[in-house]
Amino acid sequence: MVPDIYRIASRTEEFPGTCTLGITPHSGGRAGNFSAGQFNMLYAFGAGEVAISMSGSAQDGTYIHTIRSQGLATQALHRLREGEFLGVRGPFGSGWPMEQVAGRHLLIVAGGLGMAPLRPVIYSLLEGKTQPSSAQLFYGARRPQEMLYTGELQRWQQALKVVTTVDHAETEWPGQIGVITKPLGAATLDAENTVVFLCGPEVMMRFCIQVLLGKGVSADAIYLSMERNMKCAIGHCGHCQWGPNFICKDGPVFRYGDIRAWFDIRAL
Amino acid sequence: MKSIEQLLQQHPFFHGLPATDRQLISGCGENCVYSSGEYIARENTPADFFFVIREGRVAVETYMPSHGALCLQTLHDGDIFGWSWLFPPYRWTFDARALEKVRAIRLDGKCLRQKCEEDPRLGFELMKRFAKIVAERLQATRLQLLDVYSTERPPPAEVR
Repeated sequence: MVPDIYRIASRTEEFPGTCTLGITPHSGGRAGNFSAGQFNMLYAFGAGEVAISMSGSAQDGTYIHTIRSQGLATQALHRLREGEFLGVRGPFGSGWPMEQVAGRHLLIVAGGLGMAPLRPVIYSLLEGKTQPSSAQLFYGARRPQEMLYTGELQRWQQALKVVTTVDHAETEWPGQIGVITKPLGAATLDAENTVVFLCGPEVMMRFCIQVLLGKGVSADAIYLSMERNMKCAIGHCGHCQWGPNFICKDGPVFRYGDIRAWFDIRAL
Repeated sequence: MKSIEQLLQQHPFFHGLPATDRQLISGCGENCVYSSGEYIARENTPADFFFVIREGRVAVETYMPSHGALCLQTLHDGDIFGWSWLFPPYRWTFDARALEKVRAIRLDGKCLRQKCEEDPRLGFELMKRFAKIVAERLQATRLQLLDVYSTERPPPAEVR
């Protein structure tokens, strides 16, 4: 429960208000191993602690975290610069079920900052650790200027078909303009042999699930990453309790078929 | 080279239509090509056609004073564009502009309207298929209005 001290080795401003930090242990050595989909608790001294997904490769020996400046803790984390320090507890939580992917069609659906927890999955594909029969990424964002990791999209196309769509843009934008459910609805899928990894704002995930179920994808083949107010990260404090589950301990990745009863309850 | 009827037969929008209907509809169609930047439809002009986009990207736009053209959405291979031919006053409500070379099948809505009046079964069948597209676009527009990726939310409604 006591945070380790980490140093900011790299900092990239993705777009105003959102940055990606690369952090390494202050004591030296490599950051510990993790599974794609897990998260760390990042502690900005004097401001607070917040759960942030892993968004780098497990092979790098560095934790990579993409942070949007929103509350007090994330504002303080966003203000940190290279060479400064923060506290880290983790990794915590369940990861994406990578063992489900081999030999199946993998559909990765990301909305906005939901791209961050899915990037380690893409790295796993690029590194050849995970071998689906085919893979597609549908990535939706508000505007082209608010897309993450745009410099990497071309490289990702070596491993998977990438479809990008934004809600608003000028026509110079080469991707699609419109909501993510449209290209998702138009996708050709072998529904019985498809596994879906989905992450984004909850309302976006809800509409995407409607489309996926409509295309014949089983509720048990859809995995999603949930977000709630996580405090202790080990299932003790109850802040992130969601039905019988604790998001921090039992999630954040859940199989939709297992949690649909909770997912559909408003204000839970 | 495939005939219009063969092309329509392969398109999901026309799946399940009797061959006689498909033949009749394809009789109202022709292949056309639009260059990048060319307008396919202009707002408030007669809407006598609808389009099956075979290849290319089309922007659905409206003109905003002091801003210029504002793109509402893009349409792509396989999309159907245009339902204004179905409803009076039969005028386009938005502009449609080719963003690259676009190959499309242009179907004569004016001619089809007449055939639908004469054959209500065909008219109902087409209306059902267009209603599905209209509903999907309405759903997409609502989702777009929700601005789901924004961090700003309207304040919660006051509970009395």
